[in-house]
Amino acid sequence: MIDKTMASPEAALADVPDGAIIMIGGFGNAGMPAALIDALIAQGARNLTIVNNNAGNGDTGLAALVKAKRVRRILCSFPRQADSWHFDALYRAGKIELELVPQGTLAERIRAAGAGIGAFFTPTAHGTRLAEGKETRHIEGRDYVLEYPIHADYALIKADRADRWGNLTYRKSARNFGPVMATAAKCTVVQTREIVELGALDPESVVTPGIFVRRVVRVASSLRNAA
Amino acid sequence: MKKRDKNQMAARVARDIPEGAYVNLGIGLPTLVADHLPKGREVILHSENGILGVGPKPAPGSEDEDLINAGKDPVTLLTGGAYFHHADSFAMIRGRHLDYAILGAFQVSVAGDIANWHTGASDAIPAVGGAMDLAVGARKVLVMMEHLTKTGESKIVERCTYPLTGMRCVGRIYTDLAVIDVEPDGLHVVETVDGLSFEELQRLTGVPLKRMMLTAA
Repeated sequence: MIDKTMASPEAALADVPDGAIIMIGGFGNAGMPAALIDALIAQGARNLTIVNNNAGNGDTGLAALVKAKRVRRILCSFPRQADSWHFDALYRAGKIELELVPQGTLAERIRAAGAGIGAFFTPTAHGTRLAEGKETRHIEGRDYVLEYPIHADYALIKADRADRWGNLTYRKSARNFGPVMATAAKCTVVQTREIVELGALDPESVVTPGIFVRRVVRVASSLRNAA
Repeated sequence: MKKRDKNQMAARVARDIPEGAYVNLGIGLPTLVADHLPKGREVILHSENGILGVGPKPAPGSEDEDLINAGKDPVTLLTGGAYFHHADSFAMIRGRHLDYAILGAFQVSVAGDIANWHTGASDAIPAVGGAMDLAVGARKVLVMMEHLTKTGESKIVERCTYPLTGMRCVGRIYTDLAVIDVEPDGLHVVETVDGLSFEELQRLTGVPLKRMMLTAA
């Protein structure tokens, strides 16, 4: 019997090694798998490369991982925010590397990794500082920049409902990077509000099919207005 | 002269958005446009983080942490709205499915280059978000910005001195002083605010303007 459910976030992340490349879902706090990040902090892996849209907000979640100096390098589109103080301090001190990626290019590089695409040309960032040093090509009247996929060892994402095969649904705009990140990692670990019986998810409404998911952990929702 | 305030600028932009348009509003000034779309005109707002049919701010107390816009503020979903993941969201942008992107800017050049993500300061922490995708992806890019910097310099320039967001992509510029189209042969003034002559606008603007219309309401 296939059973991808794990007893706890700690059990689900016990094997993360130092130096791992880890995608973390979420856009700000929506969709951020906070319990998995807390477990990663407790687990102790260091020298991590993190892929996320942001670089942490406030003092919890990704910000706490950054604050704990466990992140060597971060790939994101929007690090600077009013409440990104932990990243800001380390960045200014030269203690964290930043690869700034336009948000659509970030999503597409992740998608490309999951889809087995070797590289792709995009018009985004052509002629800008973020394309400096990159290969370009003129195709049918338009200029493009060559971009490579981003593969990860782990993806930590947050779903709303899951079953033991790892089929997932999401909640509102908390979906964001979850489905693409799930495709791009060797080991996708899911924090879900609810685990339901096989067959309880409408097959027409499954957003991430279980083939992309390795481990599932139930974590009660902390959202005030969550269903 | 009667400068347009932020809401008057937003109302002026909103006037140009037709029924049925799919529109992304950038963070900051452009978000005000949502408040000025006429009731009954169906315009579908897109948010980079996976929403079509963004609705108004929720009532206090009914915010949902899972339902936010690209500025990370709580929003609602209109009846008929949809959620989708990030790669689909940016396929809408980069695949030229969006009719309009309305962006703020530090500078716009005569050629329609836009600079809006980085001041160029060496100690600044850079952040680009979806700005570069919107600049090259939307079918028409509208810029909404003050005409002059706080020190009185024109933000419409021959060449952008701030780091570029996108090249040759701006279609129309809405400022507190004028509406200006970016055309292959240069900048065409569509209208100026009440009490501002074309000559005076030209004097304030760093680059040559072409006269397209007379002062409009």
